[in-house]
Amino acid sequence: MTDTRPLFAVRHFRAEREEDWARLEALLDRVEKRSARRLTDDDLSELPRLYRATLSALSIARETSLDAALIAYLEGLSTRAYFILYSAREPIGVKLKQFVRFGLPQAVRGIVPELLVIAALFFASALAGYFLVTADPEWFGAMVDPSLAAGRDMEASAETLRASLYDPPKQSGLEVFATMLFTHNSRIAILAFALGFAFGVPTLFLVASNGAMLGGFYAAFVPHGLGYGLTGWLMIHGTTEIFAILLAGAAGLHIGRAVAFPGSRARMAAASEAGRRAAKVMVGVVAMMLVAGLLEGFGRQLISQNLPRYAIGIVMLALWLVYFFGGRRGARE
Amino acid sequence: MARANRLPRTLDRALVTPEGVVLNVRLASASARAGALIIDLLLMLVTLGLLTWASFGLWSSGTAGGIAAILWMLGFFALRNFYFIAFESGPRAATIGKRLVKLRVVARDGGRLTTGAVVARNMMREVELMLPLTMLAMAMAEGGGSGTLSFGLAWAAIFLFLPLFNRDRLRAGDIVAGTWVVENERRKIGIDLIDAVATNGDTPSFSADELAVYGTFELHKLEAVLRQNEDAAIEAVAATIRGKLGRTDWGDDRVFLEAYYAALRGELEGGLLMGKRKADKFDTV
Repeated sequence: MTDTRPLFAVRHFRAEREEDWARLEALLDRVEKRSARRLTDDDLSELPRLYRATLSALSIARETSLDAALIAYLEGLSTRAYFILYSAREPIGVKLKQFVRFGLPQAVRGIVPELLVIAALFFASALAGYFLVTADPEWFGAMVDPSLAAGRDMEASAETLRASLYDPPKQSGLEVFATMLFTHNSRIAILAFALGFAFGVPTLFLVASNGAMLGGFYAAFVPHGLGYGLTGWLMIHGTTEIFAILLAGAAGLHIGRAVAFPGSRARMAAASEAGRRAAKVMVGVVAMMLVAGLLEGFGRQLISQNLPRYAIGIVMLALWLVYFFGGRRGARE
Repeated sequence: MARANRLPRTLDRALVTPEGVVLNVRLASASARAGALIIDLLLMLVTLGLLTWASFGLWSSGTAGGIAAILWMLGFFALRNFYFIAFESGPRAATIGKRLVKLRVVARDGGRLTTGAVVARNMMREVELMLPLTMLAMAMAEGGGSGTLSFGLAWAAIFLFLPLFNRDRLRAGDIVAGTWVVENERRKIGIDLIDAVATNGDTPSFSADELAVYGTFELHKLEAVLRQNEDAAIEAVAATIRGKLGRTDWGDDRVFLEAYYAALRGELEGGLLMGKRKADKFDTV
């Protein structure tokens, strides 16, 4: 017996299929180099067929072959193909349209309980801040960062405060100001979201301290009869910005709640479900911060009457509310 | 109380495709993850340096100061928040650093890796990475650091080192997004060692008894030795096998091992077709 090789050999099995594997490998290379759109229709229909052929070859090889390198190769190729096939995505344009039309409003509707809690906390903190500072002005320093107050504190004269509300801006770079506001506020919002992982506790602190700061400012302005003016000054961008901050806080709390109280689901499953929903909300939050930055950087600096400020603020709020809550409830992702 | 299905301590995990085939994936080790992160951070730093240099050039050229400031701020913002997101939502699901150390991000349930998951896992970096770094910088600036700051730093470090404390190497972002990071090494299809066997009359042949000595485990070890092709290892293994078989023919070691490999594999694969799987030399199937 000179030929020790068996009749049914893996090399027959391999020789018959090797071409398919090479072709699958080449197709995967092209997909990974971001040229999926340049695949022809034939290639696209070929991909799942080759994937299944490779997968079944893997199953056969595991049962009949003892060539460890070949099995490892087939396993690697199948895994690669699996991840690419089952992550098959729509083009970015379609995805974005889906997200804006359904994904984002649905995600926001999914965190309404947390949004209510966060909003209640925010406004309660603002009231607490207001009454505390009114009762004892010493509290102002504890609630408002001095660098942020920039002289608008309890000792400031009515003139200074009035000027801070209505005077034209001293510096000319409005667009720079708007950009700075956008990036700074977005960062704070993302932080509020990410801190939610620690059972939501730091997020609650962050929201409460922001609320108290708002209340502190009111305590400084209201005694001078500037409460109405301050509201307008805040409202033009605040309905967008504060809404966005509340959403970010609610997104963080949503994660914290799922981690702490997963309910009937496994904790990990609950966390990831909440996390994915909250992340969608956060994409919306960053977009809202961009709008708020523009409103604050340009709108507030250029429009110095109360009435238009109120009008813009209210219209923006109405737009957001209709967008988030006015859609078809039954629409699926 | 022992949990019924404890996860294995290794990094190997099984993933079942919708077709019902089990694919074995290996999770990325903590060191590989750290290596990828360091590469990414260095890249971000270099990009930031270039951005600053370009903005400064634009700024000092005079008229376009405002635009330079905006470009810098937006660039920095995008780099900090969207570098990871942009790369990981691509078809490779990996940043440049992950690509270099051959990793990719995968949904834990084996399903699609959605953009929402990618956003979630990367926005958490603000707490996991940026917060400890900021606190560290603050502590250094203060010199020694106050009690509150040390507490903050320790707290932030929990998030930073979270992957070391669970078997799946999950960081907070992975938990929140339902993802994990797996090795994505590409293997080349090797030659079939049976094809290498010389088919002339000189090849040694083996009796059935000689082929009944070893099992699959030993066959795979022999395959690894042959593929590595190191003289010392081949010599040692050939001597061991000859001793075990009681053979005294002192031909070329590699030719002997290749012939024995081919014969043993033929024997064992023949057994597989009959439904007999001999796991190792102790197996008496």
